[in-house]
Amino acid sequence: MTNPIQDVAGADFIFAIGTNTTESHPIIGLQVKKAVRGGSTLVVADPRKTEVAELAKVHLQIKSGSDIALLNGMANVIIAEDLYNKEFVAERTEDFEAFKAAVEKYTPEYVEGITGIAAASLREVARGYARVKNATILYTMGITQHICGTHNVFAVANLSMLCGHIGKPNSGVNPLRGQNNVQGACDMGALPAVLTGYQGVGLDDVRARFASAWGLESLPAKPGITVGEMLEGASHGTIKGMYIMGENPVLSDPDANHVVHALDKLDFLVVQDIFLTETAQLADVVLPAASFAEKDGTFSNTERRVQRVRKAVEPVGEARPDWQILCQVATAMGYPMNYASPADIMKEIASLTPSYGGISYERLEQGGIQWPCPNPEHPGTPVLHVGKFSRGMGKFNPVEYVAPAEMPDEQYPLVLSTGRRHFHYHTGTMTMRTGALEVYYGTEYLEINSADAAKLVICDGDKVKVSSRRGSVELSARITDVVPEGLVFTSFHFPEVAINRLTNPARDSIAKIPEFKVCAVKVEKTA
Amino acid sequence: MAEVTLTINGGQITVPQGSTILNAAQKMGVFIPTLCYDPELTIDGSCRMCVVEVKGARTLMISCATAATEGMVVETESPAVIEARKTILELLLANHPLDCLTCGRNGDCRLQDYAYRYGVKEGGFAGAMHQYPIEDDNPFIVRDMNKCILCGKCVRACAQIQGKNVVDYTYRGFDTKIAPAMDTTLAGSDCVFCGNCVAVCPVGALQEKVLRSKARTWEINKVRTTCPYCGTGCNFDLNVKDGKVVGVTSCDGDVNGRALCVKGRFGYGFIHHPDRLSKPLIKKDGQFVEASWEEALALVAEKLGGIRDNNGPDALAVLSSARCTNEENYLLSKLTRAVFGTNNIDHCARL
Repeated sequence: MTNPIQDVAGADFIFAIGTNTTESHPIIGLQVKKAVRGGSTLVVADPRKTEVAELAKVHLQIKSGSDIALLNGMANVIIAEDLYNKEFVAERTEDFEAFKAAVEKYTPEYVEGITGIAAASLREVARGYARVKNATILYTMGITQHICGTHNVFAVANLSMLCGHIGKPNSGVNPLRGQNNVQGACDMGALPAVLTGYQGVGLDDVRARFASAWGLESLPAKPGITVGEMLEGASHGTIKGMYIMGENPVLSDPDANHVVHALDKLDFLVVQDIFLTETAQLADVVLPAASFAEKDGTFSNTERRVQRVRKAVEPVGEARPDWQILCQVATAMGYPMNYASPADIMKEIASLTPSYGGISYERLEQGGIQWPCPNPEHPGTPVLHVGKFSRGMGKFNPVEYVAPAEMPDEQYPLVLSTGRRHFHYHTGTMTMRTGALEVYYGTEYLEINSADAAKLVICDGDKVKVSSRRGSVELSARITDVVPEGLVFTSFHFPEVAINRLTNPARDSIAKIPEFKVCAVKVEKTA
Repeated sequence: MAEVTLTINGGQITVPQGSTILNAAQKMGVFIPTLCYDPELTIDGSCRMCVVEVKGARTLMISCATAATEGMVVETESPAVIEARKTILELLLANHPLDCLTCGRNGDCRLQDYAYRYGVKEGGFAGAMHQYPIEDDNPFIVRDMNKCILCGKCVRACAQIQGKNVVDYTYRGFDTKIAPAMDTTLAGSDCVFCGNCVAVCPVGALQEKVLRSKARTWEINKVRTTCPYCGTGCNFDLNVKDGKVVGVTSCDGDVNGRALCVKGRFGYGFIHHPDRLSKPLIKKDGQFVEASWEEALALVAEKLGGIRDNNGPDALAVLSSARCTNEENYLLSKLTRAVFGTNNIDHCARL
């Protein structure tokens, strides 16, 4: 997020696109509700009529995957009606002319044909976003899990720069991240092309600095491969060994049958986890890890706030904290790694990472710190891009609408979209074992519109089989107007409803994110 | 900002204009008991527990809702104040089960605290008592409306923190009761079980189902940490008894204040679940066999080292974890690059 979570409540206008905020990020949802109670305008763009959509002044129930058309359409209106922030565009941005030319064809009438949103509604929302003092954009995987995910994000950024709603409080471009430390895992360089703090592995001076700190002659310069490419490599035999820590790709990745096949082909698979997950069951060696309650450390949240995790109880059985296991594996491979505590590891991180330079366990005792925090005296940075973007000028990246990779056809006439439920989390490894959450919400269902259900002669509660070109699952149908005609929805939490057997592994060409939000399916009644 | 100076229990205090007597007293470190007051919620002024004597005023004033004014002279524990508070407690206790011996909130109950403070042992008025059935048809929260003192904090927390408006006052007079619409149970309502009502309840009417049946309040050690679920980064206290996490309670988090969602507050049971992996496992002939750490680590080192040496470093690939700590992600990146010799590391940020 460019801005803190608390800022959301202070925005005059909230544009939530592709985020089921109150269900997937309930506490950020409270900020949205607070803003609405205080008189702010909430606009939600989502194919589903979610709880947060019900709270909105305007719900833009767009067709799945039509986000770029919508966002470019808003920009078209704002430019055509001369509502954009000329001072901001002139002083802080570049390539505006190219952007202006690109959005010219996205008139509200043209956009209506792609998104299904009435031209008048689009105009109203565009004017609303442009005219207020502070507007914020919230988004999650509804924006990113598309073959054009990166371009969707560019379109969001373009809109915010066009109106100057960035680099100041109560505004910004705010992706709400879905996992406790997904921000931190990225910050720490658990990515193929960067080391900590997004320092590129291709840069000689960066590699030299890390090699020297790590006591090595050199480090590999060639960027690595992404998760999808790893699984491809495994199935083709170019990847022979994998080490998986605390992830469950068998349930979380698209085209699950293919994932299992790929992992099965490995010569050697190590899985380090707290449970024998569906992925761990395929491993040659499973290493038992400590849970968050059994170790010290830090997580970085979606607003870049680094916060302490504290050990409350001893690890169960012989389980060990992941950091200790990793040190022991390195040592066993002839590279001694010794740290007295996670605080010591953080000292090393801070010494190699400019944005974490001022972060230490001593300081974190006083509360979380938002990076960039370059030195021990620096208070942290709640709002990014104040006065100047991190790259200098804000660059408009013109983008064009493209249709999802797999659209419904005669054989597979419905669109399947997947997401989260309020009572569960990710692949259910934790939330199915709480003695509470799975008791209250124990079975998954398929949301289907009454019009589609009528065509298929499906009644509420009927068992149905949902199939795509890649696989099928069975579950109960729930007839609801949360989904429009033509769309069905379910979550990926339940191992017995492994919906990712169906999803499309087509990926965004830049970020390599799979298109979980759109694939073509058919639904049949089974009983 | 304009300020006012007033006298409380003989001492002077200056506060910004608009402050209440309660704010001023708290600033001075003078304790005034409250039941319906909460700094995060709108002022209700209904419990009357916080009454104080203001010189020149016709009656006792409620300190939570009375503005401090210039020259005001306040007594917080005068005989009239104490008599009023005792009477309020006697009225509340007249219709409150005196089952502190087995109550999960024993030791963490404002009604108990104030009864002790003012020496009130029982209700002073004989009469009808509520006989509501205890609501425990959900796995998260137990509602015992016999213990409810109608302070309304849960109503305001639901409306003003959670924004759901699930519960409100229903019926009238003695029958007044906090309930969801149509007097159904929480499980039958739109409740999302955030438990933010439980966090503000001053008595035993709303209790965390598991926590309050597993530990007495004084047996618990609280450890502040950060939630392991979504990316919001809520802080909470893990409640630990005998080396086990028995519950989660709110603290004043940087991001969330006291608010939590159902997963954060009630989703901790996996920590001690019998399915937890407790020993290294090695697959032999298609079956997992328990192994020692030495054996497992040696095998991992041998196999991964072998692939690195025979097939080249880029034949290895690593998935790190968005669930693990920064330090652990850093170390796995270091292990991948420095020891395996490849940049083939990724995690589920793309998912």
